[in-house]
Amino acid sequence: MTDHTELTPLLARRDFLHHCGLGLGSIGLTALLASDGILSAASPAPGDPLQPKAPHFAAPAKAVIQLFMAGGPSQLDLFDDKPKLKELSGQVVPKSYTEGKRFAFLKPDSKLLGTHRSFQRHGESGAVISEALPHLATVADDLSFIKTMHTDNFNHGPAKLLAQTGYQTFGHPTLGAWLLYGLGSVSQDLPGFVVLQSGPRGPRGGSYLWSNGFLSSSYQGVPLRSQGDPILNLGSPRGISPARQQRAIETVAELNGLRFAATGDQEIAARTASYEMAFRMQRTAPDLIDISDESAHTLAAYGVTPGQASFAFNCLLARRLVERGVRCVTLFHTEWDHHGGNENLQEHFDKVCRQVDQPTAALVRDLKQRGMYDETLVVWGGEFGRTPMGEVRKSTGRDHHIEAFSIALGGGGIKPGISVGQTDELGFYPAEESQRVHVHDLHATVLHQLGLDHLKLTHRFQGRDFRLTDVGGKLVHQLIS
Amino acid sequence: MNHRLKCLLAAVCLAPLAAHAEDEVDYARQIKPLLQGRCYGCHGATRQESDLRLDTAALAIKGGVSGPAVIAGKSSESLLLQAVRRDSDEVSPMPPDDAGPPLTAAEVELIRRWIDAGAPRPESEEAFAAADRRGDHWAFQPLERPPLPELRDGDAARNPIDLFVLARLHAAGLAPSPAADRPTLTRRLSLDLTGLPPTPEEVDLFANDGEPGAYGRLVERLLASPRYGERWGRHWLDQARYADSDGYTNDVARVMWPYRDWVIDAFNADQPFDAFTVEQLAGDLLPNATTDQVVATGFHRNTQQNREGGSDAEQYRVEAIVDRVSTTGVVFLGLTLGCARCHDHKYDPISQREFYQLFAFLNSQDEPKLTVPRSGPEYEQLLEVRKEIAAAAKRLDAIEAELAGQLDAWEAEQRRQEPPPVQWVTFASPDVRSAGGATLTRLPDDSILVGGDLPETDTYTIVASPGVPRVTALRLEVLTHESLPGGGPGWASNGNFVLNELEVAAVDMNSPANRRRLNVARAEADHAQPRFPITDAVDGVEKTGWAINLKPGTSGSIHTDRTAVLVLEEPWSGDDATRLEVTLRHNNKAYLIGRFRLAVTSAAAELVKAVPDNQLAGLLATPKQERSAEAQAKIVEIFQQRNPKWSAQQQRLSRLQAKEKQLASAGTVTTLVMQERSQPRETFVHIRGDFLRPGRRVTAGVPDWLHPLKAEPSRPTRLDLARWLVATDNPLTARVTVNRIWQQFFGRGLVETENDFGRQSAPPSHPQLLDWLAAEFISSGWQMKRLHRLIAHSETYRQASHARADLLETDPNNRLLARQNRLRLEAEAIRDSALAAAGVLSTTIKGPSVFPPQPDGVMTMTRNPNRKWNVSEGEDRYRRGMYTYFWRSTPHPFLKLFNAPESNTTCTRRDRSNTPLQALTLLNDEAFYEAAQALAARILRDAPSADPDRQIAYAFTTCLGRQPSRAEAGALRRLLAAELAEPPGGEPGVRFAPASNLPDGVDAIRLAAWTSVARVLLNTDEFITRE
Repeated sequence: MTDHTELTPLLARRDFLHHCGLGLGSIGLTALLASDGILSAASPAPGDPLQPKAPHFAAPAKAVIQLFMAGGPSQLDLFDDKPKLKELSGQVVPKSYTEGKRFAFLKPDSKLLGTHRSFQRHGESGAVISEALPHLATVADDLSFIKTMHTDNFNHGPAKLLAQTGYQTFGHPTLGAWLLYGLGSVSQDLPGFVVLQSGPRGPRGGSYLWSNGFLSSSYQGVPLRSQGDPILNLGSPRGISPARQQRAIETVAELNGLRFAATGDQEIAARTASYEMAFRMQRTAPDLIDISDESAHTLAAYGVTPGQASFAFNCLLARRLVERGVRCVTLFHTEWDHHGGNENLQEHFDKVCRQVDQPTAALVRDLKQRGMYDETLVVWGGEFGRTPMGEVRKSTGRDHHIEAFSIALGGGGIKPGISVGQTDELGFYPAEESQRVHVHDLHATVLHQLGLDHLKLTHRFQGRDFRLTDVGGKLVHQLIS
Repeated sequence: MNHRLKCLLAAVCLAPLAAHAEDEVDYARQIKPLLQGRCYGCHGATRQESDLRLDTAALAIKGGVSGPAVIAGKSSESLLLQAVRRDSDEVSPMPPDDAGPPLTAAEVELIRRWIDAGAPRPESEEAFAAADRRGDHWAFQPLERPPLPELRDGDAARNPIDLFVLARLHAAGLAPSPAADRPTLTRRLSLDLTGLPPTPEEVDLFANDGEPGAYGRLVERLLASPRYGERWGRHWLDQARYADSDGYTNDVARVMWPYRDWVIDAFNADQPFDAFTVEQLAGDLLPNATTDQVVATGFHRNTQQNREGGSDAEQYRVEAIVDRVSTTGVVFLGLTLGCARCHDHKYDPISQREFYQLFAFLNSQDEPKLTVPRSGPEYEQLLEVRKEIAAAAKRLDAIEAELAGQLDAWEAEQRRQEPPPVQWVTFASPDVRSAGGATLTRLPDDSILVGGDLPETDTYTIVASPGVPRVTALRLEVLTHESLPGGGPGWASNGNFVLNELEVAAVDMNSPANRRRLNVARAEADHAQPRFPITDAVDGVEKTGWAINLKPGTSGSIHTDRTAVLVLEEPWSGDDATRLEVTLRHNNKAYLIGRFRLAVTSAAAELVKAVPDNQLAGLLATPKQERSAEAQAKIVEIFQQRNPKWSAQQQRLSRLQAKEKQLASAGTVTTLVMQERSQPRETFVHIRGDFLRPGRRVTAGVPDWLHPLKAEPSRPTRLDLARWLVATDNPLTARVTVNRIWQQFFGRGLVETENDFGRQSAPPSHPQLLDWLAAEFISSGWQMKRLHRLIAHSETYRQASHARADLLETDPNNRLLARQNRLRLEAEAIRDSALAAAGVLSTTIKGPSVFPPQPDGVMTMTRNPNRKWNVSEGEDRYRRGMYTYFWRSTPHPFLKLFNAPESNTTCTRRDRSNTPLQALTLLNDEAFYEAAQALAARILRDAPSADPDRQIAYAFTTCLGRQPSRAEAGALRRLLAAELAEPPGGEPGVRFAPASNLPDGVDAIRLAAWTSVARVLLNTDEFITRE
C-alpha cells in the first residue's frame, strides 16, 4: 500500500521559501520546483502513485478500451452459429448437458432454442458473424474471437465483478485500477482510468465495477458523465471566474508552501500538485467532450448525434481519451439481459445490436486510421453469455450461460483474424475441455499485451499477495502475436 | 497362431511387470520414505492440509476432508494415487506445483502396487510427535506484563508509555521531539477524541490555563463530550462494515442505524471492551437479554445480502457467514482466517477444518428483524395510545355483548317496519381526474371505469353538481367489470383495492381555492376485509384504508359489487357556483379501484344504510335456526353498524388504531439482529471453499493451539465464542485492540499490519510496550477511555509532528516515535470540520441517516438510476458525516473520495490518498462552497473587529486553531485585495448564502471576496490535516 505518510527527503526549505515569497506568475508549486530541476516539468509530484512506471517487459499495447456489454449478450445470436441447435429447436435439452448444473432461472427440462438469425462468413479470416451486426462484420479481419469463454457465477452482480476484478466478491481492484497500479498514468490532465455509461441504466454492481478495491484510491475509475459536469465537481462554483479560481489555487499553494516550510511534510507538496492537476483538468476536460473539432465524416461514421448521449458518443470519447493518454476506458452499455419479455430476443435485441454495432466498427476503423490501433487493445463482451435453451417469459428468451460464450477483441498487438475455441454442436460447452478460456485467462492476456506479467502484478493485503487473476490465469497464446 | 503361442507371448510380454508384482512392496523401506520426503510437509504432524495426515499408513487410510486417501486393494479408488497420478477431476494434482516436481512414474507405480497389495503396513507405526502448532511466533505467546524500563536522568517521562519509547530512542541515539505548542495540542486532541476542530474559544481556554493539570482538564472535557462516542464509534463502524443498504446488485435499503446508535452509546458510556464484544457477537444469548443487547448483534448483520433474481439464497447465506468468520478473525484476533476457507492457511496454524469449526459457531442463527423503540416523544405516545386502544376495544366488546341481548328484539322490529325508501341521485357527467395519469372513462350507467396506463398509486378526483338541494350522505359503489383482473372491482391482481382515504369537500367554482372539507359522521360498508374497515378510509390517515378481500375460509367471490355510504356530519346545501368534490386516494401499489359510481341523497341520516333494507329483509326471512353462520354474522354486522353507540365506538377505535400506526412508524423502527436456532445447522467443510461440495462434518470449536474454550459441555454457542475472544488468557484480542487504538492516535500501529498478527505480520516496533498496554487494558477491566487517557497523556503523543532532518536517515518512517505524525483527516472529519468552521454543524446525535446535498447524477450510473436522494432539509443538511446515508453501491461521492471504506468487508485501517478529484471536490462542491459562504458571513458578523487583519486572524483561528504568521496573513490580505478589486459587473459569486445571514451593510461583493478567503482556508492542506 502506498503510504503517503512516509517521509521522503526534505526539499530545500530555503528554496521553497524563496519561491513562495515571490509573486506566483505561473500556477503552482510543481512548476516552481520543476524550474529548480527538482522535478521535470512533465512528471507528476514525487511520491505520486500515478507516476508512469516501466512495464515488466516491452509490449505493444499502451491502453485498453473495454466495451462491456452489460447483461450478457447472446453469443448464439451473434457469433456462435449452431445449425444443430436450430435443427433441434423446441426439443428438451438432453439430460447429459444439464445434470448437476444450476441456472439462475431455468429448469433443467427446458427446450432448446435455435436462433432465427442467419450467419455468414466475413473477410479473409472468414469470421462468423450474424446478420445482427452488419457493421462489425466489415472490420471482421481486424478482430479475433474467443468462442469458449467461461466464468464462475451465473448472477449478474458477481459475474460482473469477476469480469472486472477477478473475484466474485467486493473489495478487489478492477482491471483499470490494476493497470494504473502497474503502469501509472501518462495523462497530465485527465484521470488515467475513465468509465462511460450508456443505455437505460447503469450496470448492476455500480461503482464496484470501477473501484480501486484495496489499492490506493488514486487508481479508481472516474465516471465521465454525459449530463452535467462530465466529472463530478469539475465546474467551478457559479460566479467563480477562471481568474478567481486560479487566484484561489495560487493562494492555497502559497499557504501550503509556508506550512511545508514549517513542518517539512512532503505530503503538502503532493497536495499542492493535486490542486494543479485539478486546475488543468478543469481546463482540459471541457475540450475533451466538446466534439466540434471532429469532422462530419467522423461523426457520421460513429453515428453520433451531437448533444445526444449514446454508446456511439462514448465510443468517440473513448478514442479521444486514449488520444490524450488515458490508460483504460471502460464503456458499459445496458441492457443485454434478454430473458424474454421486455428484453426480448426479437426487437429489443435488434435495437441493442443497432446501438452498438456501427459505433464499435467505427471505433476500430478510426483507431486504425489514426495509427492507434496497434497500441490500443479493444475488448467487446459481457459478463457471461446465454443458454442454448429458451426461457419462457412473455416471450421466449435465454437464461444466463457461463459454460461457453463469445467475446471479440482486437488491436493492442492481438493477432487478428483468429477464432479461439469451438463449442459443441449445441453451443453449450467447449467441444474440448482444453479449449476453455477463463476470465482469468483473458485478464492474464490483456495484462500481457500491456507488458505486465499477471503473476508479478501483486499487492499484499490482509496477509496475502493478491492479483487480478486470483490463483488462475493462463495466457491465450493463439492471440499473442 | 495357436493357443499355446499366444499364452507364451503374453507371458513374455508381462514378465517384467509380473516379476515386480510378485515382489512385495516394503512400506517401511519404500513407501514411508517416499511419503515423508514429498508429502509430510503439508500432511504430517505439523500441518494437516485438508485435514489429511500421511505420517502413518493408518492415518492415510483414515483420510481427510475428502475421505480416505488409501483404500486397501483398490488403487484406482484411492485418492492418494489419483493425486500423485495427477489425472483426476476429484483431487488436485499432488504435490502442488510449488512443492517440487511430480512423482516419477516409478514412484507412482510403487504406490499403486502397495495399495493394490492391500496396503500392508507394520502393526505398530507411531505417528510423528505433534509439534507445537503455536511455535515461537510472538503474537501467539501468552501475554505477560513486562517490567517498566528504568527511567534515566533527564527523561521527561510522564507515564509508562514514554519509558518504553524513550528506551528505544536512547538505544538508537535519538532524542524525542519537544511537545507541540498548546494550540496544536488542542486541535490534535480535539480531532483525535471528537473528530471536530476546536473553536477559537476552546483554543484560548487551554492556552490561557496556567494552573497545573490544564492538559488533563482538556483531555477530560473531550472524553466526556458526546462527540467522543461519535468519533470512536465511527472507527468501530469501519470494522463492523456498517452501511444503510444490502449491497450486491439490488442494494435495497435497510435499517441498521439502531445498531450504529448502540455503538455510539457504548463508547460514550465507556462500556468495557469485553462486554462490548460479547453483546455484539451474542447479545441475544445473554440471560434476560435487553433490547439493547439484542440490537448489538446487528454487528454481524452488517453483511451484504444478494437479492438479485435467480440467485441461490444458500450460496449467499454461506457467503455472509464466511464474511462473519473472516471479520471476527481480523477484528478480534488479528488473524486472516478467511485464507483457510478453501485450504489450510499457508502461514498460520489454521486448518481448513478449523475454519469451518469457527464457521459452525456462526452457522446456527436465524436472522430476524426486531422492532425497537426509537427515542423521542412518539414512542411514549405510542405506549399511551396502545393503552387507549385496549380500553376502547374492551368497551366495544362490552357494547357488543350488550347488543347481543337486544338482537332478537331488533330483528322483530325490522320485520314490522316498512322502511321509507332512500332516493340516491347519481353524479351525472362529473368532472373526473386521475393524478397519476390513468384513463377514467364514464360508462353509460354513469359509473367510471379506470384503465389506460396505470400508475402504481393514484388519486381520483371527482367534481360534480350534486343534483339534490341538500346532501345528507354520499354513496360509493365499487363495481365489477370485465376489463379488470378477474372482473375487479379493483385493479390488484386478485380484484381487490385499498381505498386509503376518501375526502368530501365543497368547492366554490368561482374561486377554487375556496374549498371546504365536509366531515363524515358515519361510514358503513356492506362488506369489508378484516382489519380494513370502511372507517379506515375516513380516519384522516393515509396508511389505513378500506379493502374488500374475503375472510379466509368464507365462500363467495371477491368479484362482487360493493357499497359504502358516508353520512355527513352536517347536511350540506350548495348553490349554483359550488360543486361537490370527492377525492379517492390509493397509496398501496397497484391496489386501485377499477370501476365506481358516486351518488348523493337528501334522506334523513338515520335512514342511510349500506345494506339496503330489502337485502336485510331477505336475510331475516330465514328462521334463525336455519340460517348459515355467514348469514347470521351478516345480520349481526348490520345490526351493529346501525347501532349509533356501536358505530361511534368502532369509529373511535379506528381512529386510535390509525394513530397507533402513525406513531408506530415514527416511534419504533425495525432493525436486523441475530437469534440462535433451537437446533443448530449441521456444518461441513466446504471442499475448496465450494458450498456445493460438503466434506467432513464438523462441530463448533476453536484452534487447539490457542487458549481453550470454556463452554458448556453439550454444545458451544456464539456466546461461548464471544467469551473466548475476550478471555484473559487470549494472547491476541487485547494486543490487537490496543494496537488499533494506538493506530488512531499515531496514524500507524505499533504493529503495522494491524489486520494480521499472524506469522506474516510486521514485527512490533515496541513489543514490550504493546504487551504492557495489552496487559494494562485487560487488568483495568478492558476500559477504553482509560486507555485513551493513558495514551493522550503520554509525552510521546504530545510531541511535535514536524519532520526532523536528523531522522531522515535513521528513521524515515518514524517507527521509533521521535515525533508525532501529520495525518490527513478522515472523510467525515473533513466535512465536519468545514461545517464546524462555517458555524452550521448540527450537534444532534444519533437517529436515522440523513441525505446532505450530493452532486446530481451520482445514481445515474447504477442499477437504480432513478433512486431518489431527497436532500434533507434544515439541520439534517448539516449533520456529522457519519450520519450520511450509506448506499453501498453508490456511497456519497465525498465519502468515497476521501477513503471512507466501501463497507463490503471489515476495514481496520483507512487509506489516506491524495488525488486531484479531492481537490476538485473541496474547491467546487456545492456543500463546500456553501460552507465557505457561511464562514464568510460568520467572519463579517462575528469577528471582533472590522479591521481586515483582525478578521483574517479570526478566520484563520476558526479554521486552523492558531494565529496566522505574518506571511500567512499577508497572503490572505493580498487575496482579499485582489478579490475586492474584481471588477463590479462581474458575477458576484453569491449562490447559497441566505440574505438574512448577511450582516448589515455587507454587500454581495464583500461577501464574495470573503468567500474566496474562506474557500482558500478550507482548501489548505493544514485544514484537512491533524498535526
